[in-house]
Amino acid sequence: MTDKRVLTGRHFMNGDEACAEGAIAAGCHFFGGYPITPSTEVAEHLARRLPEVEGVFVQMEDELASMAAILGASAAGARAMTATSGPGLSLMMENIGLGMMLEIPSVIIDVQRGSPSTGLPTMPGQSDVMQARWGSHGDYGSVAYSPWSPQEMFDLTIHCFNVADRYRLPVLLLSDEVIGHMVERVVIPPPEQGSRWQRKHPLTPPGEPFEPFRATDPGLVPPMVHAGEGYKIHYTGLTHDERGYPDMNASTHHKLVTRLVNKVRVNRDQLVLVENYDTQDADILVISFGCTARSARQAVREARQAGIRAGLLRLVSLWPFPEQQVQALSAQAKTVIVAEMNLGQVSLEVQRVTGRPVKGVFHAGGAMIPPAPILEAIRESA
Amino acid sequence: MTSPQMVDRHPLDDLIRADRMPHIWCPGCGIGIAMRCYAQGILDSGMEIDRHVVVSGIGCSGRVAGYMNIDSYHTTHGRAIPFATGIKLAKPELMVTVFSGDGDLAAIGGNHLIHAARRNIDIKVICINNFNFGMTGGQFGPTSPKGSLASTAPYGNPEMPFNLPYLLAAAGANYVSRWTTLHARQLKEAVLDAFRKPGFTFIEVLAPCPVGYGKSNNINDGLEEMELYRTRCQLVQDGDVRDEDLVIDMREDKPIFIGKFVDRDRPPYQPVQVQSE
Amino acid sequence: MKVFDRKPLNIDKVHIPRGNVYLIVDRCKGCELCIHFCPQQVLEVSGGMNAKGYHYPAIAPGKENACVNCEFCTLICSEFAIFTLPVNGAANDG
Repeated sequence: MTDKRVLTGRHFMNGDEACAEGAIAAGCHFFGGYPITPSTEVAEHLARRLPEVEGVFVQMEDELASMAAILGASAAGARAMTATSGPGLSLMMENIGLGMMLEIPSVIIDVQRGSPSTGLPTMPGQSDVMQARWGSHGDYGSVAYSPWSPQEMFDLTIHCFNVADRYRLPVLLLSDEVIGHMVERVVIPPPEQGSRWQRKHPLTPPGEPFEPFRATDPGLVPPMVHAGEGYKIHYTGLTHDERGYPDMNASTHHKLVTRLVNKVRVNRDQLVLVENYDTQDADILVISFGCTARSARQAVREARQAGIRAGLLRLVSLWPFPEQQVQALSAQAKTVIVAEMNLGQVSLEVQRVTGRPVKGVFHAGGAMIPPAPILEAIRESA
Repeated sequence: MTSPQMVDRHPLDDLIRADRMPHIWCPGCGIGIAMRCYAQGILDSGMEIDRHVVVSGIGCSGRVAGYMNIDSYHTTHGRAIPFATGIKLAKPELMVTVFSGDGDLAAIGGNHLIHAARRNIDIKVICINNFNFGMTGGQFGPTSPKGSLASTAPYGNPEMPFNLPYLLAAAGANYVSRWTTLHARQLKEAVLDAFRKPGFTFIEVLAPCPVGYGKSNNINDGLEEMELYRTRCQLVQDGDVRDEDLVIDMREDKPIFIGKFVDRDRPPYQPVQVQSE
Repeated sequence: MKVFDRKPLNIDKVHIPRGNVYLIVDRCKGCELCIHFCPQQVLEVSGGMNAKGYHYPAIAPGKENACVNCEFCTLICSEFAIFTLPVNGAANDG
């Protein structure tokens, strides 16, 4: 079925479609979702494509069921995904926590829109950044990527599946309505060119003593056992020991939760992704992501043309937050500007990491921030 | 007075996590009986044990997953059914059973319950109905009889309970039956029936909850509630689930109807497949 | 002809099953379901206590051979504590 899975070639498609094609190319076998603007096209495209590649598409009754279903499918061994927007992500939060606790790989596409609440269903927003990090109750490590083009919707969706499988956790793709609905060229490479990161399997065969939640290497990821493989494992959302049995006391809890948080921390170098534009000698650093980064790129270009040494650090991974890169570039800059379509969520992180005030170009959402206010902020700081 | 022979192994110990016994349920609780019937059903089903998976939710009944020595998933409150749906659709050769309680399945999980029944997903649901939210201390729930007392209904439950067989029949389940933990032989047969029936199967199991329900409602212990089942249960053969008498009322003059209510062969859910060219 | 004089034709072939009762003492929680529901009233509450302080069942006086291996106590025990097995040579018929 390879020729049907990977539509090698040059395409002209919208971000949501590119995301769906990325999922298919990555080997996604199960999609459980609920329609919500502006992510519905992901579901619609997969409803047509998944049966073509003998995958399973189910329109679940709500987002809570969708998240639970993809965890179940992944627990049985399938690469599984769902797609939603802000309000749906809020509904999925409890089960995202379950995915973190049970360490079940899964991919969640969040095509952000104007928020909070029903907000602006057909217009962009970028205000789920903190929800992506802290949305579920408790401490855990999050991984979230932010595409700025349909091409990246394709590429980063594949990357999300790889990260989810290798590190055993739900991974978010934080897109937005602009990127989801814009139509651009998407180049799909031949299947041989991609690499598929595998889930770590146990070295011991079924029947021999085995602890499914003991991390056997410094990466802190335990080998994954699927339903039906004969290991007779118990997965519980309760605090559990290495055998998987509930063990509800303070010391087991601290040990387990610390490992879940550190699982992302110790692997951050493999997880963090950024792009630099003219940052090597920038003394005005603009930090942005997603659709806003496209305007920031233009603003930086125009600033350079006017002789101002501005540069753009585009965050491709929002979580783990690219602390090292932000710190290093901010140290050489006299002003740091954060441009985002929310009222300062990434800016908070930048301030935390750099320890200095940050200039913000913020908008609560509804329309792309054009280059002009960002250029204005650069000029004011020059 | 002589003793029974003292041993340290039970014939079902390979199928349960014997290293975790004794379990957490109260003396007189019926959940262990239902779990035993399920375990015996697994053995008698003749299917490879590794094909069996159990998924549970939150509550005392949900703890069953932790005590069964098969692949088991103790998930979030109310979401066992969609989780089980994901497992079954990703790996259709598995026999997926959802074992949970009345609060988990019919309150927070109600939406998933009716949709899975509507789709006729091939999963086996065993619903322990002990008329309250037991784990959290005996609050009333959607199956608590009207007028019964509970920690959040100190003046009596003002709400009518679900008639679960009717609900599931209307939603589209292929198989619906109601037994009690006293009717353990029939319950085990019902579990086997469910394994053999493709599509959505639902077995409601009435169980004593002496601490959560009985204590507030003049039922002194599990034994007394089992006696109550013995005297008041009436077997229905091919009954009509719409009969409002199926709604459980614990008052002395009302019978509790049990039996097999729905047994049909609607086609189970199949994911869409397209013919390859 | 008195009805009660009639004997079943296969009376020599029918064996009333006999069972032995086994108990995992520390699992018992003293719910008394097995004691109450045994059709032969084989069991009674014992004076002994297990590690958690529950009174587990004992065989009632004179009932040492009364168990017919109906397995109801096995079915009804929530704790996987009590069970019966057929006594050798007295297996359940048909």
